[in-house]
Amino acid sequence: MSMIHVTTTVNGDEVEFLCDPRETLLDVLRDRLALTGSKEGCGTGDCGACSVTVDDRLVCSCLMLGAEAEGKSIATVEGIADGEELHPLQTKFIEYAALQCGICTPGILVATKALLEKKPDPTETEVRYWLAGNLCRCTGYDKIIRAVMDTAADLRKAS
Amino acid sequence: MQYHTPGNFEDAVSIAAKADGVTRFLAGGTDVLVQLRADIVTPDVLIDIKKIDGVKDIAREGGGWRIGVAVTGAEMSEHSELEAEWPGLVEAMDLIGSTQVQGRATLVGNLCNGSPAADSVPAMFAAGASVSIIGPNGSRKVAVADIPTGPGRTSLEKDEAITAVHIPARGKNGGDAYLRFIPRTEMDIAVVGCGVNLRVDGDTISEARVSLGAVAPTVLLVQAAADAIIGTSLDDAAMDALAAAASAACNPIDDKRGTIKFRTHVAGVLARRAAKIAYDRARASK
Repeated sequence: MSMIHVTTTVNGDEVEFLCDPRETLLDVLRDRLALTGSKEGCGTGDCGACSVTVDDRLVCSCLMLGAEAEGKSIATVEGIADGEELHPLQTKFIEYAALQCGICTPGILVATKALLEKKPDPTETEVRYWLAGNLCRCTGYDKIIRAVMDTAADLRKAS
Repeated sequence: MQYHTPGNFEDAVSIAAKADGVTRFLAGGTDVLVQLRADIVTPDVLIDIKKIDGVKDIAREGGGWRIGVAVTGAEMSEHSELEAEWPGLVEAMDLIGSTQVQGRATLVGNLCNGSPAADSVPAMFAAGASVSIIGPNGSRKVAVADIPTGPGRTSLEKDEAITAVHIPARGKNGGDAYLRFIPRTEMDIAVVGCGVNLRVDGDTISEARVSLGAVAPTVLLVQAAADAIIGTSLDDAAMDALAAAASAACNPIDDKRGTIKFRTHVAGVLARRAAKIAYDRARASK
């Protein structure tokens, strides 16, 4: 089995890895780069727990091969906080208790951060549609939506 | 599995022609990777076409558009000029999957996957879109309507690849629309889909194309439905004739998403609604 050599950027750091051509980006992040924040829920692009951005575009890392990451810039949940300082979204998710088991949370944080960068003033409907591909079986979504709306309002005030 | 990243389409089809076993071309991968992970299709040779020049471009072409085979749904939705001219096509593509899937999914992937319920395909049928194809025996240009041949099957020959989608010039006084029925608001597969593209001369429809998805083994272009509204101002009688023609064209299956009776009825309902949207767009356009 020939392995593929890939050079890419993850959370601002250049990284190199060898991977089997069948390995997904999610497999590579978790098993080769020890970035276990991205979760595998379904493995078929339905649940969003593996959400990352690739060149600032939100994707499911389970629906992309590790080999396709060559030359790309990947951002995962591990890059959201600034050292020990949590991102405002993370703080709000704690404040609102917008999680229970937490499996969906990394994907939801990555997805909402991407939304707020693209659209700082989303309506609740826009947030709900944007997150339609991030399934949560604990919260009933309402706390998540409120945490996102409140973060968006705070970020707008701060800017 | 071998993974290739050719720099041009000639090399891509040459790799495919020399390959042993199962070959798949990879663009967005939202079907190819799901099939790979589920052990439904395990390619021996995977040919990633995203390194080829132009595959990510949405470019003007003779008054219409040339859409590269790796252009994603998200990129189409962000292209304001394309959306202004072909809102039905862009909305149809945008209905597919989640934000994450939109970041990867492509028109050509939706077409080549061969699902009769593919949302973007009826919109491409209605728009009169065509595709360029390259293969071991040279290149050809084919109407999108001639690509699907059955569930999961297309008219592409072995080792052929689609190299671009061509959307015709919008021209004056034209409008298109696509609607689908699903039992929820998002993230589902069409129970019925309907695309309508038409042109008006004053209040009268001068040209029309009507397509249906998920009601037959392939997406359908329904000439009788188009004929029912051409020459009319989309009055009630024309709407009734359109709905009857759309329902009459249906040859659906019963499955967990909808019965034959329901799909046949909804095809007529969606045809009316999509025609009304396309008509209003055409009259509002310049």
